[in-house]
Amino acid sequence: MKLQVDGISRRSLLTGAVAGGFLLGFRLPAGALTNEPVQPPDLTGGSFAPNAFIRITRTGRTTLVMPQVEMGQGIYTSIAMILAEELDIGLDHVSLEHAPANEKLYANPAFGVQATGNSNSVRAFWKPLREAGATARAMLVQAAADAWQVEPDACSTAEGRVEHGISGRSLSYGELALAAASLAVPEKVALKDPEKFALIGKALKRLDTRGKTNGKVVYGIDAMLDGMKFATLAHCPVFGGKVGKVDDSAAKAVPGVRQVVVLDDLVAVVGDHMWAAKQGLDALDIRWDEGEHAELSSANIWASLRAASETEGAVAKTVGDVQAALASGETIEAAYEMPFLAHATMEPLNCTVHVRPDSCDVWTGTQVMARAQSEAAKAAGLPIENVTVHNHYLGGGFGRRLEADMVSSAVRIARQVNGPVKVVWTREEDMQHDVYRPVYRDTVAATLSADGKVAGWKYRVSGSSVLARWLPPAFQNGIDFDAVDSAVDMPYDIPNMQVEFVRAEPPALTTGFWRGVGPNNNVFAIECFMDELARKAGMDPIAFRRGMLKKSPRMMRVLDLVAERSGWGQPLPPRVGRGVSVQPTFDTSIATVVEAGVAQNGEVSLRRVTSVVDTGIAVNPDTIVAQIEGGLIFGLTAALFGEITVAKGRVQQSNFNDYRMLRINEVPQIDVHVVRSGEAPGGIGEAGVIGGPPALRNAIYAATGVALRRLPIERDLIAGKRT
Amino acid sequence: MAVTLTINGEQRLADVEDDVPLLWVLRDVLGMTGTKFGCGIAQCGACTVHVDGEAVRSCVLPVGSVVGSSITTIEGVGATPAGASVQRAWLDLEVVQCGYCQSGQIMSAAALLASTPDPDDSDIDAAMAGNICRCGTYVRIRAAIKQAAAGKQP
Amino acid sequence: MSIRSIVLGVIAVGAVGVAACAWYLRGPGPTDFAAGQKVPLAEYGSTDPTGVPASLAQASLIERGKYLAHAADCMVCHTAAGGAPYAGGLGFKLPFGTLYSTNITPDRDTGIGAYSDQDFLDAVQRGKRPDGSRLYPAMPYPSYSYMTDADALAIKAYLFSLEPVRSASLGNTLSFPFNQRWGMTFWSALFNADKRFEPNADQSPQWNRGAYLAEALAHCGDCHTERNLGFALNNRKKFGGAVTAGWRAYNISSDESSGLGDWTADEIATYLSTGHAAGRGTASGPMGEAVDHSFSKLESEDITSLVSYLQTVPAIRSADLPVQLAPVAPTSHKQGGGATDQIGKRVFEGACVSCHGWTGKSTVSAYATLTGARSVNDPSAINVAQIVVSGTERHIPEGVLSMPAFGKSLSNEEVAAVANYVTARFGSEGSTIRAADVAALREQTAD
Ligand code: FES
Ligand code: FES
Repeated sequence: MKLQVDGISRRSLLTGAVAGGFLLGFRLPAGALTNEPVQPPDLTGGSFAPNAFIRITRTGRTTLVMPQVEMGQGIYTSIAMILAEELDIGLDHVSLEHAPANEKLYANPAFGVQATGNSNSVRAFWKPLREAGATARAMLVQAAADAWQVEPDACSTAEGRVEHGISGRSLSYGELALAAASLAVPEKVALKDPEKFALIGKALKRLDTRGKTNGKVVYGIDAMLDGMKFATLAHCPVFGGKVGKVDDSAAKAVPGVRQVVVLDDLVAVVGDHMWAAKQGLDALDIRWDEGEHAELSSANIWASLRAASETEGAVAKTVGDVQAALASGETIEAAYEMPFLAHATMEPLNCTVHVRPDSCDVWTGTQVMARAQSEAAKAAGLPIENVTVHNHYLGGGFGRRLEADMVSSAVRIARQVNGPVKVVWTREEDMQHDVYRPVYRDTVAATLSADGKVAGWKYRVSGSSVLARWLPPAFQNGIDFDAVDSAVDMPYDIPNMQVEFVRAEPPALTTGFWRGVGPNNNVFAIECFMDELARKAGMDPIAFRRGMLKKSPRMMRVLDLVAERSGWGQPLPPRVGRGVSVQPTFDTSIATVVEAGVAQNGEVSLRRVTSVVDTGIAVNPDTIVAQIEGGLIFGLTAALFGEITVAKGRVQQSNFNDYRMLRINEVPQIDVHVVRSGEAPGGIGEAGVIGGPPALRNAIYAATGVALRRLPIERDLIAGKRT
Repeated sequence: MAVTLTINGEQRLADVEDDVPLLWVLRDVLGMTGTKFGCGIAQCGACTVHVDGEAVRSCVLPVGSVVGSSITTIEGVGATPAGASVQRAWLDLEVVQCGYCQSGQIMSAAALLASTPDPDDSDIDAAMAGNICRCGTYVRIRAAIKQAAAGKQP
Repeated sequence: MSIRSIVLGVIAVGAVGVAACAWYLRGPGPTDFAAGQKVPLAEYGSTDPTGVPASLAQASLIERGKYLAHAADCMVCHTAAGGAPYAGGLGFKLPFGTLYSTNITPDRDTGIGAYSDQDFLDAVQRGKRPDGSRLYPAMPYPSYSYMTDADALAIKAYLFSLEPVRSASLGNTLSFPFNQRWGMTFWSALFNADKRFEPNADQSPQWNRGAYLAEALAHCGDCHTERNLGFALNNRKKFGGAVTAGWRAYNISSDESSGLGDWTADEIATYLSTGHAAGRGTASGPMGEAVDHSFSKLESEDITSLVSYLQTVPAIRSADLPVQLAPVAPTSHKQGGGATDQIGKRVFEGACVSCHGWTGKSTVSAYATLTGARSVNDPSAINVAQIVVSGTERHIPEGVLSMPAFGKSLSNEEVAAVANYVTARFGSEGSTIRAADVAALREQTAD
């Protein structure tokens, strides 16, 4: 499928974005719902495979093929629930399978590529999956009706069986599989009335967790093959640098080291186990050719970003007359800066590869199956159809596994190795060769009207365009619609506004999507600034926001609820504050209140976090709560500690000792409330990440009066040691 | 060099040097991949195993130092009463997200419950703060430990 | 009296005063504490205390030089983090700026490739460069001046056998007046005796060998002896301990409670050659490097000599160090010291307990055991705070052993809190250092 970008005006593109982040006027490609067997052998074995997602064998074994990958967000369970809901089968009767690389069958409708990201699995697949389930069910019913010589309408389905109520006859799906397989796939099928949902909306147990509590689940890093060797690698520590000279004599003397692979830009050591490989790597004497970025530093990067942010950007949205509105009163201005961040997925990068003369097999956990396959093919110098990617569970993705750089590095190494080799990145290598969440600088200028509302609003995002690299056709007219997503799609009713994007790429570093993506920076800047404006207007931050939310009833509702549940307005001890943020991200409305204490010395302690969520139909409400809880911690971790810095062309952080994570003893009570809603489901995997940082910053603002403008939280500023 | 280890009650033989960390012997030599690699510097807890009942980070534990000890890994912890109740509570409360840290979390929690059957919040902090969860499942981990301690059924 | 004569009088009195001060400041030489008669090396009748141990007697000049270069620990200071060995660039942060070590590989332009033997001796023994400019005493030439010419030239031969590395020196950042190298001429005149080692005829050959190793080569005093107002070693407090580069080099005099007086010879020897002795803690920071790159490479007979010399150094009491070391801490986090330090405990249980345990006896490595270590029984907590900030990396025969650095992720408040928690829990007298102290320590660390 090609992205349907041509001919779409920016305006319609952006309304598309308003409706659903990346949703670009999507229509499911016809191919995805044809009767194309996923695995022909199954069909010859009598499998009923009406579409790419469902397979039922004659023995009744039902396999659901997962077009989206499971990286903790609970999507396998949600997808299974949606399919099973329409198929009318119990979840305890299905088994799940990772989809193979196949862009035709499993492309994410919102991206046009086979990818899991942007919190759109449920949003994008909601309708196609329901149709897939309903189609299969209709065909099974038809097969039964044919067998019984009755009208399909007289049949009902439940728990994997078709029943004919009047006669009391009943056949299992397995018994019907062969007959159903020979029927034509119906063009149109009726979907269930949501009122009748038996699975969707229930807090069902996840299907992937048992194996994750007993060590049985296999992640990419756990792939084991006969005769496999283990490797670890080092890229030049300076971005863009190359390998100069390598003396491997000491490395080869390390017990268990088998081979040293020297490529243009990286060195790998292959051994009997990871430790041998790592000891060997440590023992290598490598002289790097550091290249042109050997003097790059965070200071350079920030200086050029700040300069870029003073230039005019491409206009992404205009409403009313901003210039006039800004001239109508006092203009209040602020600039918010957000650092580079690493993904630091709990499972370090890894990829296992077996290259043979005419084929290549790859075992890994990736968010981009087809891209992993094509990158592997490129690196192996083989036609794409000779490359098989075996996907696995992901020990966290967060956007890092939307890239395939680890696959091509591993394949290039594996080409030099006889037999299968598992390449595992050390944590240090993983952290220092990430694709980083870009540095952003968001500048805002606003004027207030006499009644305490925003009258004029000019907002400029300056930073890297991840989209321009990752999905070039989607980068149009100089606008990265991800980077301005939540600025364009503000919940507030502001009569005069303008949103701009300035593309400013940092030298040398590659930037990538990071859980929460563009909305992270938009919502942080907007919600921090709203608090500063509220103070200027002499108003309570929630009252100030309410005044501009009349046209966003869903947001108004979650805001009111969060105020109630967080005890907003109730007295607090000195140097303790509450801060609020609202966010319209990924078609989900969330309001969050953080309560935090700030010691005189600048130390911040989280006391309580409350979020109220309206995500439309909640497919699995417990998963939604879990995703928000986890997302809040993910975002607050970054807000408190996260920053990747660069000196002498290299990343200065290396592992969890210097890239800090919130730990259980620092995490407060978290209350998440999901409101009931009949709207189409929104995205949830990333939404929790976004609201915590601005709410925390606003809590600090309330507690101390210090208006922080930069992440991570600057403790010395709060302590008054620097201004 | 060959070392004999007692893992989950079974004798296992591994042909490795003494100084190889137990983590890599388990994962790469013995193929027991339930124990995870997260940091390699005792900062994340993903590699936690029990050595004579105590939670230890296997990524910094030379295999030579555990010859003769009784080692329990995530694959075998379910056979201990504390391990079984922790696993049950983990499923009951849906603690797990990506799951990658959870082998280590469960091992730490099981060791805690084995020594402190009725832990308070500070005991949980003391035993669990060394285990990082990037997915942020901490709130549920705390609740699940309390549930496992109370022996509550859902 | 005319103004002129007053001025002259003041100058005269001043001159006498300066001379007296200088004499006082210079103080005793490093081996003057020992009773007995010093004699020139040539006149010493017993085994030659200089040179290499017997096992290397037949070795090539380069081999001997290599051994001596290790004993003099040249590499650590002349190698930047991640840089080529001996190519210089390590920064020493002094109160008045940063000083960078130089390239001592035989590169002709940026290293010492063009040095003659005399140039080399002038630099090593007298702190003088071929161009006449003076070295700062971060280069311990007042100690190295005790080295024999033969030994210094053996080191030179070894250095010249290395592959030349092109690496220009980094400019120092010293402020006025410390950036005036000529000032060091006077300093040298005052504080560098420029005298070769003289054995003490009344001490044993072993003692003399130990003295030569400790004073001329290993330059122990440069870290372990306090400096006087003139920034020279104050041998009145020989080996009584000092703070250097943000680390506290402990008292290694024979004092029973605060020095090595209650260590057995074996313990000292083991500590020197492995950087660890059971129940005595683990060398880290600069001492860890000295062990890894220097002491661990010495023949055991040399270690024994060093120990026998060390044990004769008169006791100097470090008044601030507790007499009793704390025993093993309780198993439960609820018992033991530091209970009230919330922040310290929070940091400890997250980042530290996995290796060091609640008891202080590590379950993963004896090197990580805190119980019995001087650092945790030091109420200044300098080394505890510093190791939290900077970490340490040890290269032991079994591989690399390290503690990661937390300086980038913990605030000064948190470092202070965890140091106070650790000393309270594992030491006999808790510390009370503050964020500002940690900030000061960060400033001093070499980089
Ligand atoms: S891998 Fe051992 S603690 Fe992280
Ligand atoms: S569940 Fe993913 S890291 Fe803990």
